[in-house]
Amino acid sequence: MDAIILQILNGLDKGSAYALIALGLTLIFGTLGVVNFAHGALFMLGAFVAVTLNKILTLSFTTVDETRTDFLGNPAKIETPYVEAWFGPEVGGWMIEWSVPLAILVAIPVMALIGLVMERGLIKHFYKRPHADQILVTFGLAIVLQEIVKFYYGANPIPTPAPEAFKGSFDFGALLGFDPMTIIYPYWRLVYFLFAMVVIGAVFAFLQFTTFGMVVRAGMADRETVGLLGINIDRRFTIMFAIAAIVAGLAGVMYTPILSPNYHMGMDFLVLSFVVVVVGGMGSLPGAVLSGFLLGILQSFASMSQVTSVLPGINQIIIYLVAIIVLLTRPRGLMGRKGVMEE
Amino acid sequence: MFGLDRKDLTLFLVVVALALFAPFLLNPFPSDSGLAQFNAGYPDLMQRFVIFGIFAIGFNILFGLTGYLSFGHAAFLGVGSYAGVWMMKLLTMNVIPAIIISVIFAGLLSALIGWISLRRSGIYFSILTLAFAQMCYALAYSVLTPITGGETGLQLNLDDPRIIGASQTAEGNIPVPHLFGLEMNQTWQLGMGGWEFTFSAGYYLAAVVMLVSFYLAIRLFRSPFGMMLRAVKSNQQRMNYTGLNSRPYTLAAFVISGMYAGLAGGLMVAMDPLAGAERMIWTASGEVVLMTILGGAGTLIGPVLGAGLIKYLENILSKINKGVLEQWFAVMPDGIDTFLVTIVYPFIGKGWHLTLGIIFMLVVIFLPGGLVEGAQRIGKLFRRTRKPAATDDPEHHPKPQPHVGE
Repeated sequence: MDAIILQILNGLDKGSAYALIALGLTLIFGTLGVVNFAHGALFMLGAFVAVTLNKILTLSFTTVDETRTDFLGNPAKIETPYVEAWFGPEVGGWMIEWSVPLAILVAIPVMALIGLVMERGLIKHFYKRPHADQILVTFGLAIVLQEIVKFYYGANPIPTPAPEAFKGSFDFGALLGFDPMTIIYPYWRLVYFLFAMVVIGAVFAFLQFTTFGMVVRAGMADRETVGLLGINIDRRFTIMFAIAAIVAGLAGVMYTPILSPNYHMGMDFLVLSFVVVVVGGMGSLPGAVLSGFLLGILQSFASMSQVTSVLPGINQIIIYLVAIIVLLTRPRGLMGRKGVMEE
Repeated sequence: MFGLDRKDLTLFLVVVALALFAPFLLNPFPSDSGLAQFNAGYPDLMQRFVIFGIFAIGFNILFGLTGYLSFGHAAFLGVGSYAGVWMMKLLTMNVIPAIIISVIFAGLLSALIGWISLRRSGIYFSILTLAFAQMCYALAYSVLTPITGGETGLQLNLDDPRIIGASQTAEGNIPVPHLFGLEMNQTWQLGMGGWEFTFSAGYYLAAVVMLVSFYLAIRLFRSPFGMMLRAVKSNQQRMNYTGLNSRPYTLAAFVISGMYAGLAGGLMVAMDPLAGAERMIWTASGEVVLMTILGGAGTLIGPVLGAGLIKYLENILSKINKGVLEQWFAVMPDGIDTFLVTIVYPFIGKGWHLTLGIIFMLVVIFLPGGLVEGAQRIGKLFRRTRKPAATDDPEHHPKPQPHVGE
C-alpha cells in the first residue's frame, strides 16, 4: 500500500509538468488550430528565465579582505552579490535564495511577450497552411530557440536550487498512519504539484467564469459565428496563445529545482507532451490535464523495480505503448470531442 | 531509353554525371589555396551526400507523394544499421549481404509500424510514427543492449564468429568491409596541377546504389502506382468514395520508403561498420524531413539536392571557427571586423544548427516547394520577359458552354 502511494506521489511532479505543457498545447490547438512543436521550447525558455534571474541576482563584485588569507596564503577575495550590497545582506540573501519563486513574477511578462511576438510574427501566417507546414515551421523555431539558448548558456545543465525552506523531504508515512520514513517525498515536488493545480485551476476558472473566457470558449466551438457577431476573435486567440506560453513558461520556471535546465529539456518534454495531448484527446482541456497526470503516474509505476524485473525497459516505452493502444482503440483520445481533427 | 521519357532521362543522366564526376566537381579549389576548406570532394563527405540522398529519396516517396508526414523514419535507418553490423559480425565482411539484410529488416519493421500507424492520418499519423520511433530508440538504448550495444553502440570485435572470412586479419586487426575483395576504404589519388582529387571505392559503390534507387524512384513516380499515391495526397476521401481502398497503396509506399531508409543504414555500415542508437533519435527523423522540404517535397531531384546541401553546410559551417572568421574579416578596418566576427560567430562552428533552423524556417515560410520551386520561380521570371503570360489552364477555367437545349 505504502509503495503504491509512493509511486503515485512520484508520478505527480512529472505528471504536473506534462499536464501543464499539454494544457498549453491544447489551448493553442483548440483556439488557433495550430500544432505547436515549439511549445517545449517555451517550457525551456521559462526554465531559463529562472536561471537568468538567479544569475542576475548573484552577480557579484570582488573585494579583497587583507585580514584573512585563503589556503594558499594570498589575501582572501570575498564575492559580494550586488543585491546584498544594495538591500543589505538580509533582504539580498533572501532574494537570492528565493530566486526561483521570484522568477515567476519575471516569467509572466517575459513569456507573455514571447508568446505575443511568436503568434503575431510567425504563427499568424500559418492558420490556413496545412498541419504539416505548421509542424515544420514550429519545429524549425524550436531548433532556433534551443540553439540560441545553447549559445548563451552552454550545453551543460545549470543547477538552480530551491529555497532552503523547501530543501528537505516530507514524511507522508507518519501523516497517513504508516510507518515513518516509508513514504518520503521532497517538499519541492509537493510545491510543484500544488503550483500546477493552482495554475490549471486558474486557467479553467478564467475560461469558465469570465466573459473573456466565455467568448474564447464560444470561439473554440465555432470561430466563424463568433466572428460574425462582431467580436474580434483573432485578438482573443492571440491572447490565449500568450496565456499558453505563460503556462508553459511557469511550468519550466518551477521545474528548475527538480531538473537542472539544459537547452534540450524542451525537446525531451515536447514529444511526451504531444503523446499526452493525443491520449487525452486533441482539443480537450480536461483530457489533457487528466492524461498528463495519468501518464506521469503510470510511468512512475512502470519504473518500480518489481515491474522492471518482469518487463525490463517498460518504463522507457510505457507512455508510447499506451498512446499507441489508445489511438488505435479510441481514435479521439480519452476525452476527445467529435469533429475536432477528424480529417 | 530505360523506360523514361525525354525529360526524365535528361534529369537522370545529369544526376549520373554529377555522381560519377563528383570527386572533380566538389573539388573546385586547389588544395593549397585559402578556399580549399570549401572543398567537399573527400570520400567521407561524398559518401554522406549520397547515403543521405538515398534516405531523402525514400522519405520523399512517402511524404512527397502521399503527404503523410512521418516523424519516425530514422528508426528504419537505425534498424538497418544494426542488422548490417550483425551480418558483418556473423557472416561475412562482404557488404552485399549486409546491405540486403538491412533493407529486409527495415522493410519488416516499417511494415509493422506502417500497418498500425496508417490507420490514422494527418497529425495523428505523425505522432504515432514519432511515438514508435522514440520507442525503438528507447529500446535500443536500454533493454536491447545485448543486441544493440546500448550507449556505446554496436561495433565489430576481434573475436567475432565470422562464418565466411577470418575474424581478424593476419596483423591482428579488424577486417575492413569489402565488395568481393575491393576494400571500401580504398582510395586513389590523382594530382593535377594544384588540384588533388580523391576517388574512393566506398563512394562509388554508394553512388551506384544511389543512382539505382534514384532510377527506381523515377519509375515509381511515373507509374500508375505513383499516380495512385498522388491521388491519396490530393483527396483521399474522394478516392475512398470511388470504392478504392487506399490503405494498401499507402502501406506499400510506407514500406518502400522504410526500405530506402534501411538501404541508407546498410550503406552507412558498409562505409564504416558501426551503429548507434543516436541514429534513431527523433531529431534525426526531423533532419530527413528537413532535407526533403529544403530540396522540394514531391519533386524528383529535390531530396537529393536538400540532402547534399544540408550535409555540406553541416560539414563546412561546423569546421569554421573563430580564428578562421577573424582571418576573413582581417581586411576590414578595426572595430568593424570584431563587430562582424561577433555577429557571424553564433552561426558557425558548434552553432551551425542555428543556421540550419533559420534556413529551415525561411524555406517553410517563403518557399514551401523548396529549392526546386525557387529555381522554377527564377526560371519563370526570365521566361516571362520573352514570352507572354501562359494561357489559362483550360481544365480549371472551362469555357462557358451553351446550355442544353439552347
